[in-house]
Amino acid sequence: MKITFRIWRQVSPNEKGEFKNYEVKDLTEDMSFLEALDHLNEILVLKNEKVIAFEYDCREGICGQCGIFINGRAHGPHQNMTTCQLHMRSFQDGETIVVEPWRAKAFPIIKDLIVDRSAFDRIIEQGAYISAKTGTAPEANSILIGKDVSDKAMDAAACIGCGACVATCKNSSAALFTSAKINHLNSLPQGHPEQHSRVLDMTAQMAEEGFGYCSYTGACEVECPEGISIINIAEMNARYMKARFFG
Amino acid sequence: MSLDAKIPEGNLEEKWRNYQINSELINPANKKKLHVIVVGTGLSGAGAAATLAELGYDVQCFCYQDSARRAHSVAAQGGINAAKNYQHDGDSVWRMFYDTLKGGDFRSREANTYRLAELSAPLIDHFTQQGVPFAREYGGVLVNRSFGGVQVQRTFYARGQTGQQLLLAAYSQLYKMVRTKKVTMFPRTEMLDLVVVDGKAKGIIARDLVSGAIKRFAADAVVLATGGYSRVFRLSTLAIGCNGSALWRAHKRGALFAAPSFTQIHPTALPQSSEAQSKLTLMSESLRNDGRIWVPKIREDTRKANDIPEDERDYYLERRYPSFGNLAPRDIASRAAKERIDAGFGIGKLKNAVYLDFKNAIEKFGVETIKDRYGNLFKMYKKITGVDAYQEPMQISPAAHFSMGGLWVDYELMTTIEGLYAIGECNFSDHGANRLGANSLLQASVDGYFILPNTINNYLASELKNEQVSTEHPEFAKAEKEVMENINRVLSINGTKTVDHFHRELGKVMWQECAMSRNKKGLEKAIQQIKTIREEFWSDVKVTGHANEMNTELEKALRLADFIELGILMCTDALQRNESCGAHFREEFQTEDGEALRMDENYSYVSAWEFMDGEFKLHKEELTFEFVQPSIRSYK
Repeated sequence: MKITFRIWRQVSPNEKGEFKNYEVKDLTEDMSFLEALDHLNEILVLKNEKVIAFEYDCREGICGQCGIFINGRAHGPHQNMTTCQLHMRSFQDGETIVVEPWRAKAFPIIKDLIVDRSAFDRIIEQGAYISAKTGTAPEANSILIGKDVSDKAMDAAACIGCGACVATCKNSSAALFTSAKINHLNSLPQGHPEQHSRVLDMTAQMAEEGFGYCSYTGACEVECPEGISIINIAEMNARYMKARFFG
Repeated sequence: MSLDAKIPEGNLEEKWRNYQINSELINPANKKKLHVIVVGTGLSGAGAAATLAELGYDVQCFCYQDSARRAHSVAAQGGINAAKNYQHDGDSVWRMFYDTLKGGDFRSREANTYRLAELSAPLIDHFTQQGVPFAREYGGVLVNRSFGGVQVQRTFYARGQTGQQLLLAAYSQLYKMVRTKKVTMFPRTEMLDLVVVDGKAKGIIARDLVSGAIKRFAADAVVLATGGYSRVFRLSTLAIGCNGSALWRAHKRGALFAAPSFTQIHPTALPQSSEAQSKLTLMSESLRNDGRIWVPKIREDTRKANDIPEDERDYYLERRYPSFGNLAPRDIASRAAKERIDAGFGIGKLKNAVYLDFKNAIEKFGVETIKDRYGNLFKMYKKITGVDAYQEPMQISPAAHFSMGGLWVDYELMTTIEGLYAIGECNFSDHGANRLGANSLLQASVDGYFILPNTINNYLASELKNEQVSTEHPEFAKAEKEVMENINRVLSINGTKTVDHFHRELGKVMWQECAMSRNKKGLEKAIQQIKTIREEFWSDVKVTGHANEMNTELEKALRLADFIELGILMCTDALQRNESCGAHFREEFQTEDGEALRMDENYSYVSAWEFMDGEFKLHKEELTFEFVQPSIRSYK
């Protein structure tokens, strides 16, 4: 396959970036999209150029570190998939592929396609945990949790923290990310004692970081690699109201 | 050098308790004055950092990823073992201990392995309390499933994302302690050297991966939780960033490296499809609970899987190992697959795979049940291969996976450098020559949450009276200078080949000669080949960009330089062990029907290697079996 990559290059957060075109031959359909970029980087090295900085780690769709805007969509043309799971067979021979970093005020660009998502860690820091020290746990089966409750918690807990929801949202809202974590913990009995402070603190941090508010377009759930539903956002809002009244 | 594992007195059941009774304690006011560095934020690192901070220590925690939540524990799918005996099927701490020891082919310590089993049950309590959404029955109790190498159901799981859920729980606890300012996080920061002062680990040199700045960090103890090193094979189930550099730097500073060649080759990964491939995706071993593994009975059969009738399929695991069948341990399942593939019965585009078939299970339990058990794995399979495994069998193939070897540690998880600890996959302790499925998350967690926070006091209590070493100490300056020289050397070569080129070369040699089966001639050849690769790397590699900026190519080059040396040690280790045990299969030592032939008389020891000016010196920790008689490991 022959592909023209049109890639955003930016040396550092404060310098101006620009698109550059790279024509790459001898790609194959079996290659993953990231392997195609690896291949391009090898070519650049041999031409004495600096490599394109892009992120990845597990390359099996679970760590959440990869994340690129491809042809105007988070993680590329398919729904509910990470960039590392995208293969070149999804593109046409001769195609031009536009490659950009996540775009959101709360995710400043570090270099080329790499952005800073530490805002997510700071939201987690504000209560996405159960305050119980190691060594204090009761016998596991003494906490009974119905399968339906446990399954629902798991659906929300599956979030990989990639940031596609933010990147694709016209408001750059982190509501899907934040709500998934709140609902995971607040729907379980272990999470009840801190349920109200968790919602209030995490949502406050979300606003503090500069993420926008949700206007229910549903764009996020389309791109979420784990298919986390926007019903989570409605549920978070209900929990927020409850916390304001009773918290 | 004599290796003292410091095993406590008493019967197996009493050892850990005896240890705790006799261990030094530190009062809470003094803990505040002590500083600990934790490198790595996987299950063991994040668990240890959070727990040490809860106890009152001041913790600095490092990871190379953008966030602690990315660590590769996240990718473990199938589950975590615990001797809860919830299924009332005859499980016990003793049975779990025995299964683990036997699974490791009697090449691990009795006391360590027993402690692993002993602490497994409280660990499930711990994670449940942290909000891990483990699978449950309708009545609300926890569910178990089977895993390879055992005949009881003791594996707990959260769909096919158990590692993710446990890691996120640990990461949450870590950030709970970041909020209290007891942990300082350094993401995107990679350890490049260990600083040893008067024989004690006192800090690290690390590179800020964003600015490229080289920084010094001092502490009273250093904990390595840096995971496995199977990326030495290049193609593996590991994350691309996983590396052996922290271990290798510690090794070069004096920490002995134990059983480096014990590498688990996982039987159920997706097959390699091209040269450009960067990674082999793992499909959870739990699939072997319901999937049946087979190849056609006819060599180079060109028919589609669904067109091959039942009596023309060879369910070779069920045939060779009737009592364990598809749940034979990983080393045995991988070797059996290799045997069939090498004999010409492999399937798929490159004839390098075998089938994993769910037809019978779907007929028996229905699609919905199978979807409930493995839905996300089937989905993942479809995303990567484009094939619907509900309709036709999966194609799977063996892939480099887990490092049983690692830094030598004693019962306290301390390496041979005082004050340097290794926890989780990066140590050698509990798994012997082969790890059982779902014991990896267990070991990482138990090390990090329960063991290290209890044993580190014993050392730090004596450090209290010593003044803290500052980063101005000459040893810091010396280590920093060496790191900078190494970086400048790599950048100045300006050769003609890329880092990936050399990694592919190294991977080919390692996979060919030091993976599922090994022999003397091949290993000797491999050592020479890797030495040549090392020479070529240091004279002909090309790395663009600078040291003082974000430079992903430089990161790769530094990791590969260490992998190349580690590769030589792995082959050296495999060469000295004239026996077959667990994952280490030497072709010269096998039974008539192709099973591993262990040589207990001469090889019942842990090999521990000392780095001496580029050469490796072997030390032996003899393994004594006081409570269990090593038996021939049979799964037939």
